[in-house]
Amino acid sequence: MVVPSLKLQDLIEEIRGAKTQAQEREVIQKECAHIRASFRDGDPVHRHRQLAKLLYVHMLGYPAHFGQMECLKLIASSRFTDKRVGYLGAMLLLDERHDAHLLITNSIKNDLSQGIQPVQGLALCTLSTMGSAEMCRDLAPEVEKLLLQPSPYVRKKAILTAVHMIRKVPELSSVFLPPCAQLLHERHHGILLGTITLITELCERSPAALRHFRKVVPQLVHILRTLVTMGYSTEHSISGVSDPFLQVQILRLLRILGRNHEESSETMNDLLAQVATNTDTSRNAGNAVLFETVLTIMDIRSAAGLRVLAVNILGRFLLNSDRNIRYVALTSLLRLVQSDHSAVQRHRPTVVECLRETDASLSRRALELSLALVNSSNVRAMMQELQAFLESCPPDLRADCASGILLAAERFAPTKRWHIDTILHVLTTAGTHVRDDAVANLTQLIGGAQELHAYSVRRLYNALAEDISQQPLVQVAAWCIGEYGDLLLAGNCEEIEPLQVDEEEVLALLEKVLQSHMSLPATRGYALTALMKLSTRLCGDNNRIRQVVSIYGSCLDVELQQRAVEYDTLFRKYDHMRAAILEKMPLVERDGPQADEEAKESKEAAQLSEAAPVPTEPQASQLLDLLDLLDGASGDVQHPPPLDPSPGGALIHLLDLPCVPPPPASCSVTQAGVQWRDLGSLQPLPPGFKLFLCLSLPSPGLSSHPRSQSV
Amino acid sequence: MQFMLLFSRQGKLRLQKWYVPLSDKEKKKITRELVQTVLARKPKMCSFLEWRDLKIVYKRYASLYFCCAIEDQDNELITLEIIHRYVELLDKYFGSVCELDIIFNFEKAYFILDEFLLGGEVQETSKKNVLKAIEQADLLQEKTETMYHSKSFIGFKKAY
Repeated sequence: MVVPSLKLQDLIEEIRGAKTQAQEREVIQKECAHIRASFRDGDPVHRHRQLAKLLYVHMLGYPAHFGQMECLKLIASSRFTDKRVGYLGAMLLLDERHDAHLLITNSIKNDLSQGIQPVQGLALCTLSTMGSAEMCRDLAPEVEKLLLQPSPYVRKKAILTAVHMIRKVPELSSVFLPPCAQLLHERHHGILLGTITLITELCERSPAALRHFRKVVPQLVHILRTLVTMGYSTEHSISGVSDPFLQVQILRLLRILGRNHEESSETMNDLLAQVATNTDTSRNAGNAVLFETVLTIMDIRSAAGLRVLAVNILGRFLLNSDRNIRYVALTSLLRLVQSDHSAVQRHRPTVVECLRETDASLSRRALELSLALVNSSNVRAMMQELQAFLESCPPDLRADCASGILLAAERFAPTKRWHIDTILHVLTTAGTHVRDDAVANLTQLIGGAQELHAYSVRRLYNALAEDISQQPLVQVAAWCIGEYGDLLLAGNCEEIEPLQVDEEEVLALLEKVLQSHMSLPATRGYALTALMKLSTRLCGDNNRIRQVVSIYGSCLDVELQQRAVEYDTLFRKYDHMRAAILEKMPLVERDGPQADEEAKESKEAAQLSEAAPVPTEPQASQLLDLLDLLDGASGDVQHPPPLDPSPGGALIHLLDLPCVPPPPASCSVTQAGVQWRDLGSLQPLPPGFKLFLCLSLPSPGLSSHPRSQSV
Repeated sequence: MQFMLLFSRQGKLRLQKWYVPLSDKEKKKITRELVQTVLARKPKMCSFLEWRDLKIVYKRYASLYFCCAIEDQDNELITLEIIHRYVELLDKYFGSVCELDIIFNFEKAYFILDEFLLGGEVQETSKKNVLKAIEQADLLQEKTETMYHSKSFIGFKKAY
């Protein structure tokens, strides 16, 4: 007795009844075996049912490739049921990469030319979904014939199939271009819609077609006008808007035709104004049409008044309670902010309001737009808003917000003090998210603003005292305290509340930074150097500092150890030079670390040559010659003559310190640390070798220094 | 439109319509990732998101998510209307549609979609016309079934 095969719905029930994944798999495997057997035995009556079951199983993720041939058989069958399922199977299972798919070409051809309308519809649908380039080439003539058929049902499908064919085989444009003119006269909405889609596709692909179709602009305008002014028609309207799908498509085509073309744009102006003002915007359908209108207005050569109207519509969208509408408004305004900056500026308050959105994708858009709207006149107000946003924004936006604020501050800062305050605020709020060069920028900024040294160091000290976890902030603060420690202790500064700071407090704070497990190796380096500098700035004896320095002489971190040892030696052997070496850094210029390096080099070289009791002239000048290498002319390799070690030459002793292998040539110039060279043992310098004699230049790259380890 | 996916709150796929040629593996990967992304969205968030280089428009109707991937120049708001229109068509056809209807009659869901969209573009903007076309096709199917079964009934008798 033949077991009748399961009906589709029964199978679905059984699968859904399975309690576990394994059970489901079992049911499906069993059924697939039946299906395979049935395909083999060629039971024609239930073949469609078997394939339908297979398609269901396929949707659940199971393999179904063995059903491909059955699709072909079903499509070739004369039963409508078979064809229906067969074509569906073809769309789901056949892959254009495998040649098997070409086998249905013949069936489709037959169905297109001889089939009844529903069958023609199936064939066209399948062709437009999975038709490969070869199939399209083969079947283009059939489809072309169908464009002229009387039945709108088939024609509208044929037109959209033509769209697909042109996408696959652009050369077919020549076949499908001529019928368009006539098709535009049709009244049937489906045909019109298809035709406009077809024309849009043709124009996007070929400038010649674009020129050709410019002449239908008046006709399109007429169609759209009729659509907009005709009364409510239940068949095609959505919430009082006549056929929004068709309207949007026409507007899109008008956009393409009017782009960069004065005459066409002019023809459209009135209509666009009409649509923009008369469309009912209480529901999404109206807003969709309005949105497309705005996009078109902004893209063509429209009148200035119309452009302003469009931007205002977007501004109104921003106030809409519907989140989706606010989203498209923000996206569009972002696109327009470059070209129509002043118009968008008018909506700045609303945009800033959007920063408070709870939806992350909306607040991201609002952030980008806000940053684009910052200019010199509104920078203070905007920064306030953006800083408030930074404090409460979701973590994935922090980095962008921080860098955006810093960039804007750099471009539009009204005063240096404001700039320093802003950067400080960003560092305190989102220190971990700022870019590496923020530290360097801030130190350079502070260094360059002499009148603000006292103010900066005081503020940084306060910030540091509160929180030592934000690394960039700690680094800058340490540097500042080291450089301007004397101003900190002096106690008076007009711009900020007077603060009595004790020497011991300052030292204790720096030690805390050194010892904290939160501090990066680079930060520790900053702190150590700062302590060292304070040894000349403070009045007390330096025992505490010397103690710390000597402790770190045995630190595991190589960089830190090296510094500590060098500083220790500075205390012990070269105490008389300490003040000179640790002097305040000169004011730097913004345009290059080279410039300030050279300034420092020459200054310190001069001091070295002064301090050394018996420097022979040629030696000093040789040193200076070496320093001139820092001009950056990497090809300029100077071979210094080996310096004679003269016993009395303190210069040589000074340099007779543990040598460090030169950093790789690719390291940036600002990568610092105190690196003393044993000039006595110098070989001809490799090209690009940099000689570092400057103390504690801000070194943003230090944290990525190959040798640094976290202790 | 590049593709449309329908999936449940548990991430089970109920319908997949692809208008771009992709391998089965790629389709599975995209489906998996996109389903995850959309299901992770909170209920109050907007219906649009950017994913890879596509714009995704999604809307939840009861227990089903309707998710469309459109291209950069496409209008997101009208895509929402497309989704809504499709739901209305399903509703009219099944009479107050629910997820189970789409599970047990998935081929019908495909047929309805294929009368509304073609090659990723809207082919018919009149609800009436779409439903009429489906009705006619269903009628035709029934007619051929009864014809065939009356014939095969005789055949059945013969075999036994």
